[in-house]
Amino acid sequence: MFPPISNLFKLTRGTGTPRRFQDTLVIFLFLLPAIILFLLFVIYPILQSIYYSLFDWKGFGPAVDFVGLDNFMNILKDKVFMIALRNGLLIIGLSLFAQLPLSLALAILVGRDLPGRVIFRTIFFLPYVLSEVIAALMWLFILNPDPERGFVNAVIELLGGESQAWLGNTDLVMLAIFAALTWKYFGYHMLLFMTGLQNIPTEIEEAGRIDGANAIQNFLYITLPLLGSTIRTSVYLSVLGSIQQFILVWIMTKGGPVNASETMATYMYRFGFVRFQLGYGSAVAIYMFILCLIFSLIYQRLTRQPDYLTGL
Amino acid sequence: MSRKIYMILSVLLIAAFAISACGTPASEEPVAPPAEEAAATEAPTEQPAVEKVTITWWHISTADEHKALWQKLADEYMAANPNVNIEITVLENEAFKTKLTTVMQSGEPPDIFQSWGGGVMNEYANAGLLKDITADLDANGGEWRNTFAPGALGVYSYKGQNYGVPWDMGMIGFWYNKDLFAQAGIEAPPTTWTEFIEDVQKLKAAGITPIALGEGDKWPGMHMWAYLVTRLGGKPNFEAALLRTGSFTDEPFVKAGEMIQELVALEPFQDGFLGATYGDEATAMGNGKAAMELMGQWAPAVQKDNSEDKQGIGDALGWFPFPAVEGGAGDPNDAVGGGNGFAIGKNASPEAIDFVKFLTSAESQARLAEINVAIPVVKGGEAGMSDPLMIQLQEQLAKAQYFQLYYDQALPPAMGSVINDSTQALFAGTMTPEQAAQAIEDSALQELK
Repeated sequence: MFPPISNLFKLTRGTGTPRRFQDTLVIFLFLLPAIILFLLFVIYPILQSIYYSLFDWKGFGPAVDFVGLDNFMNILKDKVFMIALRNGLLIIGLSLFAQLPLSLALAILVGRDLPGRVIFRTIFFLPYVLSEVIAALMWLFILNPDPERGFVNAVIELLGGESQAWLGNTDLVMLAIFAALTWKYFGYHMLLFMTGLQNIPTEIEEAGRIDGANAIQNFLYITLPLLGSTIRTSVYLSVLGSIQQFILVWIMTKGGPVNASETMATYMYRFGFVRFQLGYGSAVAIYMFILCLIFSLIYQRLTRQPDYLTGL
Repeated sequence: MSRKIYMILSVLLIAAFAISACGTPASEEPVAPPAEEAAATEAPTEQPAVEKVTITWWHISTADEHKALWQKLADEYMAANPNVNIEITVLENEAFKTKLTTVMQSGEPPDIFQSWGGGVMNEYANAGLLKDITADLDANGGEWRNTFAPGALGVYSYKGQNYGVPWDMGMIGFWYNKDLFAQAGIEAPPTTWTEFIEDVQKLKAAGITPIALGEGDKWPGMHMWAYLVTRLGGKPNFEAALLRTGSFTDEPFVKAGEMIQELVALEPFQDGFLGATYGDEATAMGNGKAAMELMGQWAPAVQKDNSEDKQGIGDALGWFPFPAVEGGAGDPNDAVGGGNGFAIGKNASPEAIDFVKFLTSAESQARLAEINVAIPVVKGGEAGMSDPLMIQLQEQLAKAQYFQLYYDQALPPAMGSVINDSTQALFAGTMTPEQAAQAIEDSALQELK
């Protein structure tokens, strides 16, 4: 985050007193290490990806086979990329309309003065603490198609149902992966919401109650609007995370069976690191970057609203 | 109070930056390549100046016995050569491939690492990431070279130069559970594809899962397709496609796809095979939950390791070669297989090469054979073989006139990956045999220029 850069210029403008200059210098020097790291590890790799995306390049030695925008055109023609795009949208949709509401509901529940709420809060947050790799491996065991080995299928058989090959079925695989994703991340969003809820003064809700608002009205007209900034953050993180989802999918299914659970990130990895087509992989990365950028810009514009709601 | 904390924090941050700023350039200094050319030609007679040498070695032998033997060999070598320090990194197969790709792209290969030869190794050699050890093999009138079986060593040469050596060469075939075959009333293992299909139906009828398959990993099923292609078309067919006088859409490639889909229609695999890994496949075999698997010479060791009691199915395990296909142009003795070897990274020291010589000595080979994790490729190594199944496999391999390295290894990586993806689609029924063949041909047009 580098908003202070603009302040820096404001400081230098007009006034030229030695005192001001000294301040500027100090600020600049303080920022310098961060700027260098940012340029080196964020801007430079992006420029490098753009450069490589214009080549047919295997990743070894210098890139020489210039192909212009061919990689970008071929990606759009590839059915598998379209599946990846669709899966990305699916994960976004499910995250926004299933995962976040669930997190909010739980946040409200464990935010109340209920017995054992601290324990539940901890339990709900626990999955987020686990590394994604461990979570993925756990879910591989849980979803094992053999009911003698897989927990989910064992329960289904116990209830008289028919066990399913969750990760081996092209129709079910995204559902299974989404379940794992939700399990992994709902606790994080719940924590965000809880923090948001704590920032809402109880007086307002009390006032609402005194004015005769019932629980639902209280939630819809007081809690929800006052949670605005938290929800915006949650949605933002959720969408970007969905676009970039890789680890969990790669470990659980490698994007399979037959590309059914491919995400843009696994697609990029497949071409870059399995097929050794780094130019093509870089082009995929650029598409992802553009998508995230466009989303961020539009989202910021759309959600820029009077701050009387967020200023609390 | 809080101002003081901020002060301390700022100082700490600045210190951290200063340290990281000092640290980064140091690691970017180019590592001076060891000067070894001169040393290789003339063997020093007097005690050489003792200089500490570190050898990095990545292997993928995760099975307990095998891992322990590699460690023991390294320890013995270090004891005999106190100036040498061997750093071993043990990686699981898939993790190894991923990690190796990353270090290769940064141009820093380990000194000694697992290789299957063929297309992937050729790419590395092309990019100058491997060390040419032809001179070492040919030294003293080819002393080292002549210890190897030529076919096995050939897998690790590219354009007439050697970049690695094999330590194991085997073939793929069917491993089967004799008890389950008996339960289904099958008296002898099938010798033709028709018999094979009949046996699958018999097993199915007896309520036994006929074949364990970890098709989530793609390559296990790919071998079945590759074998069918080999049986149907023989050597001329594949070579024509490879040398571009033929095509991967030629009849045997399509027909093999059709036969795969006919087999899939019988539902011979365990539930969820499309999402299963090779580990799941080996677990099913090792626990006696499936009657057979099509796999290479390492299968018994992995079955054991993945079984609940770590014993596998013991004496119930049998082996038969891939059945003949009626009317196919290929010889029934043709073998699809491959083996394991070590490639030598470009920065390897003479000590590293000497250590590889030690690893592939007849004695080390015999010790590997004793624990049944390799089929020796060095003369004298077969003395250690005692497992009748491995001896059977080795004898069958010796009959092969045409030895085909695994497709996903023989071909360039991008093509290997397309073949794996396309055959998985055949198993899933999301591609027709023609579409799969076309996808592979499209990739060949790009990669086999």
